[in-house]
Amino acid sequence: MSENLLQVENLGKRFGGFVALDAINFNVQTGERVGLIGPNGSGKSTLVNCLCGTLTNETGSVHFDGRNVDGLVAHQRTRLGMARSFQLPRPFVSLSVAENIRVPLLYTVDARKGLHHMKPAELHDHCVEVLKLVGLEAKAHDSPRDLTQVEMRKLELARAIAAEPKLLIADEAMAGLSQSEVTDIVALLIRLNERGITVILIEHIMRAVMSFSQRLVVLVSGRKIADGRPDDVIRDPEVERAYLGQ
Amino acid sequence: MRSLPFLLISLAIAAIIFVIARLLQNDYVFFAGYTVLQFVVLATAWNILGGYTGYVNFGTAAFFALGAYTTVFFHKLYPLPIPLLIVIAALVSGLVGLGMGYLTLRLRGSFFAIATLALAVVLQTLIVNWDFVGGSRGAYVIRPREIPILGSYIQYLFLIMLLLAVAAIVTARTIERSRLGYGFATIRDDELAAEAAGVPTLKLKLIATMISGAFMGMAGAPFPYYIGYLEPSSAFGLPYAVNSIAMPMIGGTMTWIGPVIGAVLLGVIQQVATVTISSAVNLLLVGVLLVVFVVIAPNGIMGLFPKRRKKSAP
Repeated sequence: MSENLLQVENLGKRFGGFVALDAINFNVQTGERVGLIGPNGSGKSTLVNCLCGTLTNETGSVHFDGRNVDGLVAHQRTRLGMARSFQLPRPFVSLSVAENIRVPLLYTVDARKGLHHMKPAELHDHCVEVLKLVGLEAKAHDSPRDLTQVEMRKLELARAIAAEPKLLIADEAMAGLSQSEVTDIVALLIRLNERGITVILIEHIMRAVMSFSQRLVVLVSGRKIADGRPDDVIRDPEVERAYLGQ
Repeated sequence: MRSLPFLLISLAIAAIIFVIARLLQNDYVFFAGYTVLQFVVLATAWNILGGYTGYVNFGTAAFFALGAYTTVFFHKLYPLPIPLLIVIAALVSGLVGLGMGYLTLRLRGSFFAIATLALAVVLQTLIVNWDFVGGSRGAYVIRPREIPILGSYIQYLFLIMLLLAVAAIVTARTIERSRLGYGFATIRDDELAAEAAGVPTLKLKLIATMISGAFMGMAGAPFPYYIGYLEPSSAFGLPYAVNSIAMPMIGGTMTWIGPVIGAVLLGVIQQVATVTISSAVNLLLVGVLLVVFVVIAPNGIMGLFPKRRKKSAP
């Protein structure tokens, strides 16, 4: 069994009196494809925000790639190799699509290299490569405002991929997309996984989650209620109750 | 265009401006020109924080006055040459900018703007109660009548401000096209997404407030020599804060040329109005123009032109 890339221990987060996350424990192994599901408001996005450093968890700890990342802010975690896409695409609207990709290249990939900065040509090649991977090369010079919904989602993923992460956390990358578009994105994520990127997929579309995940983690009301092989998990009575009601 | 040719071209244009001003053989041109150039520096400096990163600073007057009072302080202590005073003023205002940024940059939107306004009030109170630099009575700074080579002193001041304007513009343009510029733009667009892409947003914002503050202070350093008598209420005056926001807004905040256009346009109109109507009408003009631009060109004059995208390098 391969080692743990991400280790979450007893992670807790409250907003005032509301407990958003209650002692969450889970691990993700290097190279794994994990699906994270749960009803609306179950704390999925809060968990992602705590993992990525956007929010600070009050209790518990997060270990990533063998080191404790508690107290590190978001950009430091990104540089360590943890990249995320946002639930609602958040492109840099005053920059072109290509420039959107350039930002993580400059600030994450290049920053990792220390003093050996990338040459402009190298930067350009990287940029084109990422755009090709998601099929946006024809839109390189467009404004993100002119993109369609699916292209916007792809840009969101592309920006995360451009940071050359070890772990990619895709937060509802497919919400609002058509069936064929969902298939597209799942195929893309599987391609990325084959390149050695560990992926956590947060998704409502069960068809996508089931075809993608090797393991499913289920959150309900801020607690983890199931964790295991997808086929077993969806037959779990507690999961059924959470999704379908009693 | 790379930075060096741009610097040379800017210096050439500055030289032409200076020669033309001299050919007019009228010292008033230098007096009026100085004010316009001072606003070019202030507007460009404001835009480095306000335009590039989107953090609206209402405290321009505070940094400007800090530069001016640095000069007054040294004038009382031991008069130094103006270029040296400018360097000192840059250090002082840059450090205050850094400090202000550290205390306030966790605030966003209007809260940040209010905090910067508070900085101006705090600093003004300090200056008013500091006797050494004149307190509320103000301070006289008698400038020499003549200066070697150039002749009249106002020409010297004009030349200094001209060079300062070139420095500010070249700095702004260099930032815009650099890694730093991309970082600033991401902060303006979406700070959360910027952090997720690896941009150290707090550090970049601190750099922006520091550079912006330093240039505002530099613009203020020669001011006591220009005005001759400096008092807190004029150094901390509302026009500095309002103009340095209005000028980039009118010119366009996305590029270096916007504040320059805005400052030259508004500055010249104000100078003409001062002579032909009254100096009191200045702020009214700014207000009216700002309203007009918000309605017809919300992205400023530069926003009226469709953005060119570089096709060569993504």
